[in-house]
Amino acid sequence: MVTNASEVDHYASDFKQLQALNDNNWVSPIRSHAMETFAGIGLPTTRKGNEKWKYTNVAPIARIPFALSSSSNTSIDVIKSVAPWSDSWTNVVFVNGFYRKDLSDQSDEFELTNLAELIEERIPVENLGSLTDISDDGFAALNTSFLQDGIVLKVGKGKTVEFPINVVFFSDGSPSTVAHPRIFVKAGRGSSVSVIENYVGGGGDYSLTNSVSEILVEEDAVVNHYRFLSESEHTYDVGYGRVKLSDNSVFNSRSFFKGANIGRYDLNVLIDGEYASCDLQGLYFTSGDQHMDNFINIDHAKPYGTSNLFYKGILDGKSRAVFGGTVLVRKPAQKTDSVQSDKNLILSADAEVDSKPALFIYADDVKCAHGATAGNVDADTLFYMRSRGIDLETASRLLIYGFAGEVIDKVEIPELRDFLEEAFLTSLPSYKFEF
Amino acid sequence: MSKHNLIEIKNLHASVEDIEILKGINLEVGVGEVHAIMGPNGSGKSTLANVIAGRPGYSVTEGEIIYEGDNILAKEPEIRARAGIFLAFQYPVELPGVRTWQFLKAAVDAIRKENGDEEMGVRDFDKLLEEKRQLVEMDPDLVKRSVNEGFSGGEKKRNEILQLALLDPKLALLDETDSGLDIDALRIVSEGVNNFKGPQKSVLLVTHYQRILDYISPDYVHVLVDGKIVKSGGAELALELEQKGYEWIRESTGTEVQT
Repeated sequence: MVTNASEVDHYASDFKQLQALNDNNWVSPIRSHAMETFAGIGLPTTRKGNEKWKYTNVAPIARIPFALSSSSNTSIDVIKSVAPWSDSWTNVVFVNGFYRKDLSDQSDEFELTNLAELIEERIPVENLGSLTDISDDGFAALNTSFLQDGIVLKVGKGKTVEFPINVVFFSDGSPSTVAHPRIFVKAGRGSSVSVIENYVGGGGDYSLTNSVSEILVEEDAVVNHYRFLSESEHTYDVGYGRVKLSDNSVFNSRSFFKGANIGRYDLNVLIDGEYASCDLQGLYFTSGDQHMDNFINIDHAKPYGTSNLFYKGILDGKSRAVFGGTVLVRKPAQKTDSVQSDKNLILSADAEVDSKPALFIYADDVKCAHGATAGNVDADTLFYMRSRGIDLETASRLLIYGFAGEVIDKVEIPELRDFLEEAFLTSLPSYKFEF
Repeated sequence: MSKHNLIEIKNLHASVEDIEILKGINLEVGVGEVHAIMGPNGSGKSTLANVIAGRPGYSVTEGEIIYEGDNILAKEPEIRARAGIFLAFQYPVELPGVRTWQFLKAAVDAIRKENGDEEMGVRDFDKLLEEKRQLVEMDPDLVKRSVNEGFSGGEKKRNEILQLALLDPKLALLDETDSGLDIDALRIVSEGVNNFKGPQKSVLLVTHYQRILDYISPDYVHVLVDGKIVKSGGAELALELEQKGYEWIRESTGTEVQT
C-alpha cells in the first residue's frame, strides 16, 4: 500500500485531542484501531487496479488539511429552507456533525439517541461497526477514527413506526472543516420504519462530510431509506452505507443527488437471509463542474432473494457522473431474481458519464438482467410530441421532468415527494433537444 | 358548387436516405371526405401519411403539399399539428415518466394557444378528457400512467383515437391504425373515427386490409403501388381488391406488385 504521510499527518493532532476527551472509554480502542488502519491505507487513489475508485479522483480531498468542525448556532429556519421537513415527522438535526438537541424531536416510540451522549454516558453500542470493513476503505476508517456523534436508532420487535425519522446533517460550510457523522439503525424483527438521511448546506469554501451508515434489518422487518444530498458546489461529500438483510426482510432505498463538488455514495446491501428483497433507486442531477459517483452493490448470499437496482442521471454543464453497480449472486443464492439499470440523460456535450453496471453470477438457477443507457432523446419521441402541436421546448421540458419524475414519483412520503419535486424541477435547466 | 379541397398533393416525390419511396403522388382530399389509401407492404402508404405530418428523416425532392391553400412542406410538425393535421401513429411512442394527463393537456393547450385562447383550466380539461375517454372506452387508470408505457397494442391505438377526439383536428391521418387490433378494439377505434367524421372533417386512412373499411366507409379508395397511385375508385374498389388481391392490380394496371 502506498500511503501519503502528509494525508495522515493532517488528522493526527485532531485525533489526539479527541481521544484525550474520552480517555478509557469504550470508543477509544475502536478509534485507535481505525486510525492505525487509516495510517496504513490512506485515502483511496485512482491508481490502476482500484476498480472501486477508478473514475473518482479524491486527490483534491486528500490535499486539504481538514480540521474537525465545531457546532454552530444555525437557526431552525435555515435548516428548514434546505431540508425536507414536516412537523408530523420525528426530526433530528445535526449541525457540522454535532447533535442539536434544541432543534430535534424526541420520541418514546423507539430508541433514538445521539452517539455523543452514548459515549459520554459510557454506553457501548452493540454491533456498531459490524457492517463496516475499515481495512478496505480509507474514508470509513477515517470516519471511525473520529467516531464522535451521530444517531443510534433501534426499533423494537414488531413495532411499526408511522412517521418518518428525518435526520438532517447540516453543514454551514466553515472553510476546510470535516464532519464524520455516524448512523446506526437496527430494525427489530417484524418492525417497520422510514428513515430520511439528509446532507445539506455547505458554504463558499471547501469542506468535507464523511458519513458512515449501518443498517441492520432483522427477520420480517421493513426499512425504507431515503437519502438526499444537496450541498454547495464547494462541498465534498463521501457517504458509506452498509445494509444487512435477514430472512424475509425488505430494504427500499431512494437516493437523490442534487449537489456537491465531489459526491460519492457507496452503498452495499448484503442479502443474508432467504426471501429478502431490496429495491435501490436513485436520481442524480449534476451540473457545472460537479462530480457524482454512485457505487451501489448488492450481494446475494442466500437463496430466493430479489433485488432491483434502478438509477437515473441527468447531466449538464461539464459535470461528470459515475455509476458502478455490481450485483453479486453467490453460489448458495439460488432462485435469485435481480434487475439493474442505469439510464442517463446528457444535456451537454461537455458532460460525461461512466456507467459500469456489472453482474457476477455464481449460482446457476437465477434470473438477472442489467443494462445501462446514456444519450439523448430520439427523434421519434420528439416527433410524436411535436405532431400533437407541442413545441420542442415544451416537449424537452416534459421529457426531462418525466425522466426525473420516474424516480421521484415512487417516493411514498407525500411531504418528501413534494419537496423533491420542487427541489429538482425548479433546478433542472431549460433545454431544447435537437436531432 | 366546385369541390373545396382541404389538402392537395401535387407530384410528390419523397425519399429516405436517397431511396425514392414516393414517386409522384397526386391526391386531393375535399372537406368532409374520407379517403382510404390501400397498398401492399412497402408501397409507400405510411410514408405518405408521415410526410404530410412532417416527420423528420424524409426528404421531399419534388412536388408540393397544399393545405388550406398554403404549401406546408417547409413547416415544422408542431405548426402543421396546430393548423389541424393529426397523425394517428402506426407505432405510438412510449414516453416514460411523462404522464398521459400532462401530455394531453400540453397538446390541447398548444392548439388553444395557436387559436388565441388561454390554457384550459384543470377542471374543464378533466371534464373534457373524461368525456372523450369514455368514448374510446379507455381504462381510467391509463390516463394517470406514463404515455403508452406498458400499454397493450390495443390500448396504444385507443390512446391515439383519444387524442384525435381531444384535439379535434381538421385532417385525420390514420397510419395503419387497424393493424394488430382484435375485433373489439377495431370496433372502438372505428367508432372513434366515425364520431370524428363530419362535414367539416377529412380523413385519410392508410391500410393494408379492407377489414377496417367495413366499419369506416370511405368515399374514395386509392391503390398505392411502388410509390404511385395506380388506381382510384369508390368504396367498391376496396371490396374488389379484397376479393381479387393485389395481384389483380398488377394485371389490370401492368404494375409490378410485390406481396
